Amino acid sequence: MNESIRRARRVKKTEQLSYSLRIGEAMNKRVLALTTDRTMMDLRGVLKDHRISGVPILESGRLLGIVSIEDLINCLRLGQMERTVGDVMTTEVVTLFADEPLIQAVKMFGKHGFGRFPVLDRTTGKVVGIVTKKDIMQCLLKRLQSLYHAKESRKKPISENGRLLADLPSDETALTLKYAVNGGDFRKAGEKSDQLKESLLKLGYADVDIRRLIIAVLEAEMNLAIFTDRGEITARIDPHRISVKVSDEGPGIPDIELAMQPGYSTAPEFVRELGFGAGMGLPNIKKSTDEMKIESSPGVGTNLEFSVLFR
Amino acid sequence: MTLGEVVKALDLKVLVGADLLGRAVRGGYASDMLSDVLAHSEEGYVWVTVQIHPNVSAVATAKNLAAIVITNGRSPEAETLRKAEEKKIPVLASTWSTYKVAGRLYELGIE
Repeated sequence: MNESIRRARRVKKTEQLSYSLRIGEAMNKRVLALTTDRTMMDLRGVLKDHRISGVPILESGRLLGIVSIEDLINCLRLGQMERTVGDVMTTEVVTLFADEPLIQAVKMFGKHGFGRFPVLDRTTGKVVGIVTKKDIMQCLLKRLQSLYHAKESRKKPISENGRLLADLPSDETALTLKYAVNGGDFRKAGEKSDQLKESLLKLGYADVDIRRLIIAVLEAEMNLAIFTDRGEITARIDPHRISVKVSDEGPGIPDIELAMQPGYSTAPEFVRELGFGAGMGLPNIKKSTDEMKIESSPGVGTNLEFSVLFR
Repeated sequence: MTLGEVVKALDLKVLVGADLLGRAVRGGYASDMLSDVLAHSEEGYVWVTVQIHPNVSAVATAKNLAAIVITNGRSPEAETLRKAEEKKIPVLASTWSTYKVAGRLYELGIE
């Protein structure tokens, strides 16, 4: 995927999240606060010890004001470190409510230059937390990560390369998938092999492990579509092998040995123009599978069997 | 090299998969015979062809190719594009011949 598109999608996701998440989920609930009677010297200690840049001033949970590192620098410069925080604090504090969407906090950070906002409970009016840009970022990242994990675990197949079948207690377990192929409709050829591929992926087979089998099935499907009126593809899935039977009531193959030779083809010209009938179908099937058997009677039909083994 | 870089270098028209151009191109193959492509292309290859019927998408899907490049200014059938879209196979188009497209790809270091 294009990197810029991917980035745009990610941004869109975080944007969605910032609407659905509440400030209460992102805020830091352990609020470090001071009472009005503490000095700027005390504030210096709190900011230094906790590596924060501002502290709300509370009285029994109610917000009276806020003092920040800027206030501290001012007092330092003026030699006023003995002043109380109650004297220095800003009393017109911009606050947020815990039940507001996260996007509101993002907007407020954009609007004001403040580094933090006290968060109030809407009903009690008391301070329940404090939120910084860092809190918002961490909350979004955490949520993105859990979404990612949820997505990954959904992707997980129910078993690995058909091992599910081996795990079912029985004397013999097999699964059969049958597909009917209409002849003459070679433009549709590929549909059934793709369906088989999707089914095998659902069963937990890895794309790369079944690729050569699917190539063989696609070749067989194209043969049915080009040369016969109708045919059938049956895939039997055993714990350690997948066997495919392809049968038709077509014209049959007069000389199988010849048909197995690369480049030999009896396909009609119009089909060849479309890129079929290169005389490579059967050789390709043989190359792509572990076992192959073909029987044919002219005028009766052809039975082709091949299989791929799994460890 | 990514598909997007190839599209830019060869000025290809993107018919399907504008959102899939970040895909890496591991090699290329030029042929109009489907079985030949099934036998000799590899995962992540770009396939250069004049064929435009839906089986092209089926072959590209089975081999997990990076993209199909249709040459000579031919327009793929609607069903070909629909299938490619469904299977997330990018379809690109060029007014150049297969020979010229393959040559330019080779020049870019795609072998």
